[in-house]
Parts: sequence; C-alpha cells; structure tokens
Amino acid sequence: MFQIYLPIAEMSVDIFLLLGMGGAVGFLSGLFGVGGGFLMTPLLIFIGVPPPVAVGSEVNQVVAASVSGFMAHWRRRQVDFKMGGVLIAGGVLGSIFGVWLFGILRQIGQIDLVISISYVVMLGSIGTLMMVESLRAILRRRGGTNVRRKAHVHHWGHGLPFKMRFRTSRLYISAVLPIMLGFVIGILAAIMGVGGGFFLVPAMIYLLGMPVGVVIGTSLFQITFVTATATFLHATSTQTVDVMLAGILTLGAVFGAQFGTRVGAELRGEELRGLLALVVLGVCVTLLWRLVAEPASLYALSPTGFH
Amino acid sequence: MALALLAAVFAGTGKLAAQEIMAGLSHHAIGITADFAGTEILVFGAIESEGDIVVVVRGPRQEVVVRKKAPVFGIWVNAQSAVFQSVPGFYGLASTRPLGEIVDADMRRVMEIGIDGLRLEPADMEPSVREEFRAALIELKQAEGLYPMEPSTVSLAGGRLFRATIVLPAGVPVGTYAADTFLIRNGNVVAAQSSPLIISKAGFGAEIYNFAHRESEFYGIAAVIAAVIAGLAGNLLFRRT
Repeated sequence: MFQIYLPIAEMSVDIFLLLGMGGAVGFLSGLFGVGGGFLMTPLLIFIGVPPPVAVGSEVNQVVAASVSGFMAHWRRRQVDFKMGGVLIAGGVLGSIFGVWLFGILRQIGQIDLVISISYVVMLGSIGTLMMVESLRAILRRRGGTNVRRKAHVHHWGHGLPFKMRFRTSRLYISAVLPIMLGFVIGILAAIMGVGGGFFLVPAMIYLLGMPVGVVIGTSLFQITFVTATATFLHATSTQTVDVMLAGILTLGAVFGAQFGTRVGAELRGEELRGLLALVVLGVCVTLLWRLVAEPASLYALSPTGFH
Repeated sequence: MALALLAAVFAGTGKLAAQEIMAGLSHHAIGITADFAGTEILVFGAIESEGDIVVVVRGPRQEVVVRKKAPVFGIWVNAQSAVFQSVPGFYGLASTRPLGEIVDADMRRVMEIGIDGLRLEPADMEPSVREEFRAALIELKQAEGLYPMEPSTVSLAGGRLFRATIVLPAGVPVGTYAADTFLIRNGNVVAAQSSPLIISKAGFGAEIYNFAHRESEFYGIAAVIAAVIAGLAGNLLFRRT
C-alpha cells in the first residue's frame, strides 16, 4: 500500500493499482495492437475517478501511446502525411466541438451519463463485431474455405466535391470524406478520452479505400495530433487533465505493451481477437449494470464554485 | 435582540465578551500533502465563569448542487436538482453536554450551532422538496465524513480550562475555516471567540493543481509535451532492432 494523491482527480489511490492497470491495459494493447483508451477510461471510472477526469487524463495518456507507435511507423515510411493532415483538420474541429459539448453536458449534470452510455454503445458494438469476426475466422479455418474481399468498392462518397490527390495512398478522392471522418474521431477523443483507432482504421480501409500498409501509421499520426488538441482543450476549458494520473498509467503501459507484443507474436490471431472481444463485452456489461442498477444513493453532490 | 448580541459578540469590542472566553488552536494552517490522511485539531482555552462551551469548526462556504436520480427508460439519470448557496465545506462540533440541553432550537438556528441549525435553503423550491434535498445534502456530507454525526466532547478542567479535539477527515476541502468557541449560560450565548484556520494544498500536488487552474494554457501544453516525451522515451527504450 502506497497511496498517491492525484491533484486534479482530488483523491488518493494506491500507486501500484494504477501501475498495474497501466501495465494490464498496455499488455492488452501490445497483445492486440489496439490503443487501449477504450478500456482504461472505464477502468478508471470503476476505481472511483470522476468520469470527466478519467476522460481528460486518458486522452493525455493516449498522446504518449500513439506518439510511440507513430514513430515506429514513420521510420518504416508507412505514413500518408497528406491524408493525415486532412484527417487532423477534421479532428481538430471535432475535438473543439466535443470539448464544448462536454462543458455543456457537465454544467447540466449529465456528462457522467453521456460518457457511460457512449461507452456501452461503443464497447457493445465493437465487442460483438469482433466476437462474430473471430468466430467466423475460426470456423472458416476449420472448414477450409477462403472468401476473398473486394479491394476497392465504389460508394456514395466518391461523388462528393473537392477532390484531392493522395500520392502515398494512391487515391484521388473528395477531401470531404476524410474531414468528416476526422471530425467524428475528434468528438470521440474529446468525450470518451479514446484515440479512436478501432473506428478510424476500418473506416480508412473500407470508407476511404486506403492501402492497408499505410493505414496504421497514418491513423497514429492523426490520433497523436487530435488527442494532443483534445488534451490542451480539456486542460484549458474543463480542467480535467490529471498529469500525475496520466504519467503513472503511461509508465505502466510502456512496460506492459512490450510484454504484450512479445506474447502476441506467439499466439494465434483469431483466438486472441475472441479473447479481446470477451474483455470488451465484460467491461460493457459492467458499465451497463451500473446504469440500470438502482444506485445506493439517489442523490449526488457537485460543487459549482469551480469548474 | 439576537442580532444585537451577535454583533456585540463578533465585533470583539465588548470588553466583557473578550475576557469571558479565550481560545486557541493547535494549528492555524494545515497543508494537504500527497499522503494526507486526515488530521486533528485541538481547540483549547479558558473561561472566566461557569457555563457550557460549544466549539464549532466550520469549513469554507461553497455553492453546491444536489442532484437526484430517477429512472428513465430503465437507466438512472440525474433528474431534479437543487442549488444551495453557502454550504459549509466542513462542519465539526464539540460541546460540554449534549447540544439539546445547552441551547434551544431557535438559538441554534440564530447562531448556526449544530447541523440542524445550519441555514441551508435552496433557491426557488417548494418547501416539501426543499426539506428532502436539505436532508440529502446533510446525509451526503455525513457520508463523506465532512459533517461528523457524533459531536465530540469539550472537557473542562476545574470548571475553567477547556479542550476539545475536532477530527478533520482526508477529504476536507481547502479554504479558510473558522473555529468558533461559544460560552453559553441559561440557553444564551454570553461570549464567543473566532479563530481562523487555513487549510491549503501543499507540496507537489498543490503545485500541479495551482498550475492547472491558474495557467491552464501552459499546463495544457506541458501535459502534451510530457506525454510526447514519455512516448518517445518508451519508443527509444524498447526499439526493436
């Protein structure tokens, strides 16, 4: 037991609990190649961190996690900077909108609810999709059939104006699509404290039609800048960024991720994804239970003197 | 009449009042550091003549919103709320005898002695709901240990020297506190003295908190830079070759 006082969350927490959580989520993110923000924010809420502070601090931690991944992809030249720049433009606008909305929801006393519901919806749908996908893959492997996907599908998005050429991605598409996509990611970062890679990566592949090789690097490039913007905006307008909390989690996550990457290299993909789906659905159900179970006290206090 | 008495007592000009009771505190400033787990303050002093003593330690006044949850489509949502102006962040009390035996309810309300005497009235609310939210506010504060339910005892030595201990829990709010000592005889406050007590954040945590609130732009930039450096360091440390 070694308690540490978190100055913005205004609570004392066992430092080893935080390091352990950082390590565990870092391990999972290394194992599955995911960001981990979508697991960390709910965990922080479970240990009693006020949801707004959990979001503000976690978005700060995601900056550290994504910068690290971005560097690795940059060295391998797997980043489309032009596409990333357009996505960032949308993301900055989205996070400005998201932080503004966050402030209003907090004022009317509904921010905790909105954070929880967003997580239930997001974790529920991702968890289900991943579960279905991994079960299918396992069945397919056993059955021996192999279905090929179309590489490039034409859809409504290709009729939009402001076409731009993205050389690295070998694309000539409307800039409206990546700006809209970036905008959504910016809102997710501001309200949920996540990087949004779980949503961004598939959207870049299927919606924008980007080649798989540059998708991860480009998404990390965008996430780094958008979470940095959201961190700054939360620090200045909602004061929910706890650097002490973010720092301790990052420390744990750095080591956990290394361990996770090594273990992940020796395990099969489909079973791993099924496992992650179980974790995600478990967190989702726990959050849902907290929303529907009758609370121990119907009343809650919130000071208004400071914001 | 009560107001005139209050004025005389608190102005401290009445020579009689000033001499009837003298009180001091073990601390006038408390710093909340990273490992703060609550503390005690000792209020001590002397009285000139017989009487009962009540010691009240009151935290800084804050505006507080009490929200009540109600089920909406099966989900518990914050529905009704009440805004209370000037709610003491902490209210601890000690007395020589149970409060009810010393002063009556009217006097308690006038002097704000005892939790039931606190003037906590939400603005624009029906009286029936008002009482419900007032009770909820006090219950929540008690659950946090900020309005201790069991008053401590003031011990009197030789009928003249008194001392009382007030326990401050780990979650006490920061700000300016007042430790008031009342000398009460026949249900009336005959003398009172107020001593200030400052509780503030101290150490590294305080610096972070102040930085975040006073220079939030620089704090935001620093938070981003710290994360970027941590990310780069992690990347370099475990760079796979």
